[in-house]
Amino acid sequence: MSANSVALAYLVAAILFILALKGLSSPVSARRGNLFGMVGMAIAVFTTLTITKNWVYISLAIAVGGAAGALVARRIQMTAMPELVAAMHSLVGLAAVLIAMSAFYNPVAYGIAQMGEALHLSNRIELFIGTFIGAITFTGSIVAFGKLSGKMGSKPLRFGGQHWVNLALGIVMIGFGIAFSMSPGWTPFLIMTVIALALGFLLIMPIGGADMPVVVSMLNSYSGWAAAGIGFTLNNNMLIIAGSLVGSSGAILSYIMCKAMNRAFLNVILGGFGGGEGVVAEAGDGVQKTYRSGSAEDAAFMMGNADSVIIVPGYGLAVARAQHAINEMSKMLTEKGIKVRYAIHPVAGRMPGHMNVLLAEAEVPYDQVVEMDEINNEFADTDVVLVIGANDVVNPAAKTDPNSPIYGMPILEAHKARTILIVKRSMAAGYAGLDNDLFYLDKSMMVFGDAKKVVEDVIKALQH
Amino acid sequence: MSVVDPLVTNLTVFVLSIVVGYHVVWNVTPALHTPLMAVTNAISGIIIVGAMLAAGPVQLDTGTVLGFVAVALAAVNVFGGFLVTQRMLDMFKKKGK
Repeated sequence: MSANSVALAYLVAAILFILALKGLSSPVSARRGNLFGMVGMAIAVFTTLTITKNWVYISLAIAVGGAAGALVARRIQMTAMPELVAAMHSLVGLAAVLIAMSAFYNPVAYGIAQMGEALHLSNRIELFIGTFIGAITFTGSIVAFGKLSGKMGSKPLRFGGQHWVNLALGIVMIGFGIAFSMSPGWTPFLIMTVIALALGFLLIMPIGGADMPVVVSMLNSYSGWAAAGIGFTLNNNMLIIAGSLVGSSGAILSYIMCKAMNRAFLNVILGGFGGGEGVVAEAGDGVQKTYRSGSAEDAAFMMGNADSVIIVPGYGLAVARAQHAINEMSKMLTEKGIKVRYAIHPVAGRMPGHMNVLLAEAEVPYDQVVEMDEINNEFADTDVVLVIGANDVVNPAAKTDPNSPIYGMPILEAHKARTILIVKRSMAAGYAGLDNDLFYLDKSMMVFGDAKKVVEDVIKALQH
Repeated sequence: MSVVDPLVTNLTVFVLSIVVGYHVVWNVTPALHTPLMAVTNAISGIIIVGAMLAAGPVQLDTGTVLGFVAVALAAVNVFGGFLVTQRMLDMFKKKGK
């Protein structure tokens, strides 16, 4: 194919990628959107095959990687989606580094330099930027993967002067990058790459538990910028377009996650929840607060006699594998003519939108699943709220107590409902280590036990 | 007038794509944010095109071998990303309405 037809085919592919994202504006059009994305990718790959040689080996590499990808996609548990996504980010990062090395090794093959001619200054700078973003994405995502899959402690790892070490490494890395841009050679290139790899580790290690959704979104963004960086190096518009789409998508998701936790992005990146200030030990104000507790049968009775029920699921629900049971329960309530809905906090899962997928997997109809902003006004008119596996996202201190570390964080206003049922293993504090005043309200009732067991008992009681 | 440097053309495309991405992504419904991440994983697999060019030259050397490895890595993302997105979206379809 001529260079012009190739460029035009790439344009078609880029448009299809935009349509793929556009499709996700509704569950109805999303599947068609995904199909557009696949077609776009197929066009891009086949077009590129016509201008490369070694196509037997290339097809073989695609078959090997593709088979591995397809296998994982089929097998993966929905609760493990965050790990899978993190692992995939690391692959993009590593691929970007390898491509940059290959481009530097043999620039003529990419048409970015004539035979026997050195790389242009702008190419070298682009190569430098593409490599370091790729390298940081690679190791950063490996750490994120390790933390999310539990192979690595999710506790943030911190040491004194950490930020200064990172800053110093960053400056040295840029120094070698500039040295490489001035006089290209393997030594500065490799040193720069190694420092970037170390930085990826060091940047993500201090970030822990509750902040992981932000980290995953951020690395999603980086993987896009890495692809765009390679696009600059190769003067390939399609790579730039696709990379920037992914980059801005990840950036927006990071912003949404930060907003949902009322945290400044920079604060998350620099690590630590309330780290240093240490106001966590405020629970011991001397007063023994009293709470009411009841059985699953009591809970079934209250929900069975309500007109409207809102379920607030948290990640604890997924940990207890209670999604299918809860769907069973809400079907029974719906058959009794009770209006049942699910209220989703943006950080209810381990990544953006995670809880929606977990509920969809359990065949909860998606029109019963409502986002925080849409449902918050309706709690006041609701008979029973069932909080299950969630804690901090329904803590009224976020609205009322300016001294609380989570003050200002948007919450689901469960405390406004007429009755609140809270399913929990014990009175232990949540992720943020805070006590929750919701548990001590007169209209609240604790139901202690494993989420799945409790829901199954509720189902049994409802059958009578 | 002199010829426009490819860097400037690239930058134009880059900035316009970010603007498009910004508008398209804000329209994605929050319920589908996980599929969005999975599909962007697949789309960032577009880096496979760069990897194929790296693997392209006839004589096999360090550069092409790096290219082959990169092709395989990116292919994991392309196939894995699109298929897992499909799997998730099928769940949203089954019991819709």
